[in-house]
Amino acid sequence: MINISKEEAKNRIAKRIAQEFNVTKDIVFINLGVGIPTMVANYINNENVFIQAENGILGVGPLAEGDDIDFQLINAGRQPVTERKGCSYFDSSVSFGMIRGGHIDVTVIGAFEVDGEGNIANWIIPNGKQLGVGGAMDLVSGAGKVIIAMQHNGKDGKRKIKKSCTLPITGFQEADMVVTEWAVFSLYQGRLVLQEIASDITLDELKSRTEAEFKISDNLIEFKT
Amino acid sequence: MKHKHKFYAINEAISQIKQGSRVMVGGFGLRGYPDVLVEALAESGINDLTIISNDLGSPGIGLGKLLSNGQIKKLIGNYYNWNPDVAQAYNEGIIDVTLVPQGTFAEAIRAAGVGIPAFYTATSVGTELASNKEIREFSEKSYVLERAISADVALLKAYKADKLGNLIYYKTARNFNPVMAMAAKLVIVQVDEIVESGELNSESIVTPHIFVDILVKKE
Repeated sequence: MINISKEEAKNRIAKRIAQEFNVTKDIVFINLGVGIPTMVANYINNENVFIQAENGILGVGPLAEGDDIDFQLINAGRQPVTERKGCSYFDSSVSFGMIRGGHIDVTVIGAFEVDGEGNIANWIIPNGKQLGVGGAMDLVSGAGKVIIAMQHNGKDGKRKIKKSCTLPITGFQEADMVVTEWAVFSLYQGRLVLQEIASDITLDELKSRTEAEFKISDNLIEFKT
Repeated sequence: MKHKHKFYAINEAISQIKQGSRVMVGGFGLRGYPDVLVEALAESGINDLTIISNDLGSPGIGLGKLLSNGQIKKLIGNYYNWNPDVAQAYNEGIIDVTLVPQGTFAEAIRAAGVGIPAFYTATSVGTELASNKEIREFSEKSYVLERAISADVALLKAYKADKLGNLIYYKTARNFNPVMAMAAKLVIVQVDEIVESGELNSESIVTPHIFVDILVKKE
């Protein structure tokens, strides 16, 4: 069994997702969740991409460091950030109006589990130490495209791409794309399709690490790392 | 109609809150929340409160202090992951918690402020948070009926006010404050600075003074 470090896995996922945004010549509006999704911003190199954070900012710049840190300027993960050129501020209802009204093109979001039908579970572990839903349900139902960014397996190799989600779901058949350190899947009409596979894993190994059944694309290519 | 005299001392402002009041508090992750007003509410010992807010600060910090003090009966909000005391108090049956998706929460507060009693939204359809709620189809898509959320008192934070109570905010400290200003019977705002009326640019005012009852300046 091949394994890579957690850091390498996360960066690989973030880097791959950033490629979705680095070619666009149109203006694109995206929202990045906490964790791996926030790391995607490190690899986006295209001024046509505007990052929105649901706490009320459109045009999030790089994370703030040193003297640039302004305590009142944060992203939704409470990290101090900077403004990019053309940045604007607004209240929470306008912010979620952008999300729920279908104005945000893509949301990149983490998940505990995703299943073969595109259901996403990412908001709660029942009776756990955390109680909260945040903007996850608004984002998965409102954004144009939902990209799931998560490590392929959990602790002790636990399989996170399930036949059917075991945790409470965040949205019904809302996932459009799943990116892990080993593979890229698309979801179309409730079917999971393998589109890309990393060069350092075999198809059999990928299958053994994935609980859901998936179709293999006729145009399967190597995962672009 | 609003009282012309809007300047209150902190304790005078907080004394408007009664035992059992529904209190809305602005802020997101300890940014844009009225720290001085929350501190005074914690010291007042007023209890049985329903707190309506995005989150509950951190353990023992900000609104978290009201929970440590046992002043909270019920929470209506959406993200308590930054304060694990909430999950613990809820699991032990000490407090009641109603979770509302963050966008639905913002919209429900806005709705209360603009006279809309309930509205349909696609958010949360098919999830636990929509169970026992009315579902209706429009153009072959399902939506859940959500009710407006109002309060007796709103405790808010703005950057600057003029003497009439017109408000402007600072960066991401704006968050829920402008919508909450419309949704409570009594609106108390903590500001960093108060200027003469006419000194704020009329085009830049975010919350017009029609929504503001009491101003408290942070010393």
